[in-house]
Amino acid sequence: MSPLHGGAAALTNYVFPNDLHVHWSLMIVLYPYITGIVAGAFIVSSLYHVFHVKTLQPISRFALLFALAFLICATWPLLNHLGHPERAMSMMLTPNPTSAMAGFGYIYSAYMVVLILEILFIYRGTLVELKQKSRGFMRFLYGILTMGSDNIGARAMKLDHKIISFLAGIGIPMACVLHGYVGFIFGGVKANPLWATPLMPLIFLLSACVSGIAGIILTYFVIKTIRREEVDMDCVRTCIKFLWGFFILDFVFEMLEVFTHFYMSTHHWHVLESLLWGPLYQSYWVYQVMIFSVIPFFLLGFLSLIRFSDGIVKFFAPIVSLMILIQVLLMRWNVVIGGQLMSKSERGSVAFHPEWLEKEGILAAVIIMVAPIIILYILGKIFPFWQEKRAGHTAA
Amino acid sequence: MEREKILAEIRQDRRAFIKKVASGTIAGSLLLVIPAGAFELPEQLPGMKEEKGPFIKGKKFAFIVDITRCIGCGSCCVADKNEYNVPDGNYRTWVERYIIDDHDNVYVDSPNGGLDGYTKPREDLPHPVRDTFFVPKLCNMCEKPSCVQVCPVGATFQTEDGFVLIDKKRCVGCAYCIQACPYSVRFLNPVTKTADKCTWCYHRVRKGLLPACVNVCPVQARKFGDLNDKNSEVYKIMHEPHVISILKPDMGNKPSLHYLGLRREVV
Repeated sequence: MSPLHGGAAALTNYVFPNDLHVHWSLMIVLYPYITGIVAGAFIVSSLYHVFHVKTLQPISRFALLFALAFLICATWPLLNHLGHPERAMSMMLTPNPTSAMAGFGYIYSAYMVVLILEILFIYRGTLVELKQKSRGFMRFLYGILTMGSDNIGARAMKLDHKIISFLAGIGIPMACVLHGYVGFIFGGVKANPLWATPLMPLIFLLSACVSGIAGIILTYFVIKTIRREEVDMDCVRTCIKFLWGFFILDFVFEMLEVFTHFYMSTHHWHVLESLLWGPLYQSYWVYQVMIFSVIPFFLLGFLSLIRFSDGIVKFFAPIVSLMILIQVLLMRWNVVIGGQLMSKSERGSVAFHPEWLEKEGILAAVIIMVAPIIILYILGKIFPFWQEKRAGHTAA
Repeated sequence: MEREKILAEIRQDRRAFIKKVASGTIAGSLLLVIPAGAFELPEQLPGMKEEKGPFIKGKKFAFIVDITRCIGCGSCCVADKNEYNVPDGNYRTWVERYIIDDHDNVYVDSPNGGLDGYTKPREDLPHPVRDTFFVPKLCNMCEKPSCVQVCPVGATFQTEDGFVLIDKKRCVGCAYCIQACPYSVRFLNPVTKTADKCTWCYHRVRKGLLPACVNVCPVQARKFGDLNDKNSEVYKIMHEPHVISILKPDMGNKPSLHYLGLRREVV
């Protein structure tokens, strides 16, 4: 680059001495990933319960259990990350009202309450039946879960239905707030040029929907395969269509954000450019954009627009879902870690490689990601995932 | 019998007498020594001894770094590390070396935060050097601190006298403040697992002493004082024509740390 146009060339590799540490590592990558899956799964359930997308009925209950399993684990990476986890409750007991982070405890707890109530009301009819069939501890457990009411008469079920519609109704804005808010935690950090964009909550929210739908499709296939049960193809095809729809919005906004900065080409862009074409080149351009966005984008498009045979859909649906799940994880990585790789000196960047066995290392991350699957398995022992196909039990 | 009784009384008196003399001697000598200032250091910041109450009243402290004076000796960094026992690899204050070559390329470095002093010139530069200077960095003590805004538990707070401090007994160690600080002056202390940063030596200032780094600077590149005191050096600098500026004004944090002779290359 010639000296006359040497703005970028003049910037040599200087990093502020305190910027050599990446403080928000794998745990903070997982936190928005998990809450995103929760919010997305809830949206799937709401598509049936609120927007009456009938074909999604087979997975409408499962989606809620799936959301709960992940929601239970959402705080784990945060607690593992904190220097003093024993003081975590201070965030709720003595919060600082100006802190974007202080709201998480409240939003998380409120959402947890709504989700649990919705599950209990949706399952009440089923749970009452199960209670009558079971004995011992399970009978006692179902007694608690049915809130002591065995009434499954027409009037009671109608009231349940009203409560469910109400809970699902308030659940949608709450799910959006839960994840839009997580985006705001990053979007509100003015000192970081990669994070500080008003689009951040929107991108986080859209990618949340995408990861939730993809997660449900994948686990649906996995469970159905393990149990050797029939896959509901209408349901899968509808899911794929919604996944494509949300992914179009998600991917387009992600790209528009970068393109707008590139087009304006202010100082802000020159800082971003050195990051996106520097330490983030592979994980952003090669993996997130080229492999795990462009390929699923076309795959989903074909699956949505062309009426392929069931066999082809059955083959590609789990693959494309897995690719989307990886795309979202990469996006979280590139935002959370990427943002910290640029020094605030605007003159250099650092590299980050997670270790396997450190406190916030890869092993801890794997354990936290496996935990929701184990919790989902336990939940499956109490709450039947699928509704049996018979009349009279579609009240929910 | 009578004789023994008298003897016992004398013994008692003798013991009491010795005790009284001994305690009187100690108390007397302390009375002489304490007012003479045996436990107090001379006041470097005028008027601080009269300060009562939890906060300093009627004073507006400012820190000025004169980058035309700094010689990059690293004394300030050593003083700071000793004052606070700062763990290696973390910096409450550091000194950067700027080099501009005749092609207008800017080279910046700060090996070990400048702690060892800049004793050797850089030899890895392709063009002749046009200009070089040192820039000490420390907490900007912002009027609108983003670290205070984002702290979820209020462990980082702004005192009424304008200092931004950290309560390490409340800090949860989430590192949000570290992300929010535009100047990267914060770090997570690996020993206490809490956020940590420069305090402008609040504990020393409260006693009328200058911050440790200001105290040791051999060339008076670091200046500290009360802007409400018209006799202070900082007042005079701020009220006379100088090239004086703050870091990253676009961030809107309104730092109380000012730089004398600040160059546009400094971030």
